[in-house]
Amino acid sequence: MAAGASLELVKVTKMYGHVTAVDAIDLRIPAGSYCCLLGPSGCGKTSTLRMIAGHESATSGDIIVGAKNVTELPPAGRGTAMMFQSYALFPHLSVIDNVAFALKMKGVSKPERHARARELLELVDMQSYAGRLPAQLSGGQQQRVALARALITSPQILLLDEPLSALDPFLRLRMRAELKRLQRELGLTFIHVTHGQDEAMALSDLVVLMNGGRIEQQGSPREIFNHPRTEFAARFIGGHNVIPLNGDTFAVRVDRVQLKAPNVAIDGPAVPGTISKIEYQGTYVLVAVATDGGPEISAQLSDDQFDAETHVIGERVVVTWNPAYADTLTPRPAAAAPAAELVA
Amino acid sequence: MLSWARQTFPAPSIRIDRFSPVAVTIDNSPDTIAPADSGLRRLAMRSIAWLQAGPMMLVFALFFLLPLVLVVIVSVWDYNEYEMIPALSFRGYTDTFEGCVANLPELCTILKTYLKTLKLCLLTWGLTLLIGFWVAYFLAFHVRSKTWQIVLSLLCTIPFWTSNVIRMIAWIPLLGRNGLVNQGLVGAGFVNKPIEWLLFSEFSVVLALVHLFTFFMVVPIFNSMIRIDKRLIEAAYDAGASGWQTLVNIVIPLSKPGIVIGSIFVITIVMGDFVTIGVMGGQQIASAGKIIEARLSALQFPAAAANAVILLGITIIIISALTRIVDVRKEL
Repeated sequence: MAAGASLELVKVTKMYGHVTAVDAIDLRIPAGSYCCLLGPSGCGKTSTLRMIAGHESATSGDIIVGAKNVTELPPAGRGTAMMFQSYALFPHLSVIDNVAFALKMKGVSKPERHARARELLELVDMQSYAGRLPAQLSGGQQQRVALARALITSPQILLLDEPLSALDPFLRLRMRAELKRLQRELGLTFIHVTHGQDEAMALSDLVVLMNGGRIEQQGSPREIFNHPRTEFAARFIGGHNVIPLNGDTFAVRVDRVQLKAPNVAIDGPAVPGTISKIEYQGTYVLVAVATDGGPEISAQLSDDQFDAETHVIGERVVVTWNPAYADTLTPRPAAAAPAAELVA
Repeated sequence: MLSWARQTFPAPSIRIDRFSPVAVTIDNSPDTIAPADSGLRRLAMRSIAWLQAGPMMLVFALFFLLPLVLVVIVSVWDYNEYEMIPALSFRGYTDTFEGCVANLPELCTILKTYLKTLKLCLLTWGLTLLIGFWVAYFLAFHVRSKTWQIVLSLLCTIPFWTSNVIRMIAWIPLLGRNGLVNQGLVGAGFVNKPIEWLLFSEFSVVLALVHLFTFFMVVPIFNSMIRIDKRLIEAAYDAGASGWQTLVNIVIPLSKPGIVIGSIFVITIVMGDFVTIGVMGGQQIASAGKIIEARLSALQFPAAAANAVILLGITIIIISALTRIVDVRKEL
């Protein structure tokens, strides 16, 4: 199996008529890494993936796989393979013929391509289903077959378009682990499109957060979660309060917010407010504070902490946090400081 | 629907009475009604099912099965020059195949006629399939907007706004010896005298049949094609398939149900056709349908019926061969 290749996008733009779907993005994905393109629907992540795959032509810019500029090449000549959303298995072909399809197109003889397909079915643990039709498989099984079909061309980069969205939550977690395992074992570069930040965090080496056709922020999941740079990033990644204070906007993780009594002296930022909601969540307690004339701030307190402090609804408190844990957000003209709220 | 279910399914309590031996054996006197009652209910349920299917069955029996049975019965009646005689006789069949064995290896009239009909049918089928497939392919894969797909499909139905006969007759001024096509060809100097075989020939018959029936191919094939997930085409492209390979490996196999249904339409219509072949062939070309018509006009009903039965048999054989290739019921 070919090892993974790096991918580089240089000022890649996609226009549909006058609508810009992808706006001159630059991106470098190192070889052998797991990259998630993350963002809300319509952010351009799928268009980007389809341009990398060659199913959509780039309006301008260059797409470079390894050392080769593939911008003008057909999908099969790029060293990429795509796993489609809802898998797009050929309904009239058996599992083994689905997997062997690309080799058949190359004119590989039947015994040879079936032998190769069997190897790949073994890799995804589907060898005993070789003779079945796709309609006779469950969603998870279909996905394994789709994975095997994509891998048979020995691609250097595997492109996955929302691969987990068609599965139920339980199966999603299992397949997620399996994707990660396969990626690690095969050493391929995976580029995975998703709108689920939990999926992106669990899988990626590199998260590329997209919004409105641009890359909002990129980095390791830890970097993005701990240091969101924009309000959009802080809200989309979840678990943060976006708090405007003294002309700046800060992102503070909900578990790093502290609640103090109004009469306690505070060294640092202080936002007074009233507790409006207390939600018990099992391992922690979520306390919502309606600040005076400002946004609602959520505080995640551990069980013990909550028991020690004994808050009640209607209580006056002052919200504070360690300034070292807060990130100053880059203001974006478009997102002119609306009310801060928790995006879970 | 719901109320029907409530009425007809036996209540659970009665079921227990009926199926538990304890209730039946011990509690003899009060519960003896229960089995009978539940039996009645089951009978009612079954009769309701029959009633629901009834109207369609009645129409089917009255207007299809009954005439068909009559045709088969009449086909084994005797006849003379002016009337049919209700007595068992295979004269209808023997007359039809007269001389078929004696004149071998020379083909008899009936075999020649059927071969000619099959030839016309095959040509028409092949051409309608070819044209119909491409039209459907264009509509399904090249026309992106739903609105244009509908507009263009409706455009295909425009010929059906006028009668079959008018559409056939319209060919005559076009293809005749002094028709538009010949005038054009002679005028342009491609030929020095008008082409004779343009009209009242097998060419004109096939042309008219193709013109009339291509639409019957387009609709079912188009219907199959728009159900093909476009991502399958992309997946094939992703796997390195060329356009032609995608067509052969993906589009054609997945359009098979439509192709078979369209083929059944065209083949059954053309096999029995006598009007088009009559008009466009200048009444010079024999066909299976024309034999029946000729026998009918000679008032030889048993002979006509015998020919109808033979034609039906041949058509059934062709169709069952086609449905062997694709299980249409499964694909619908």
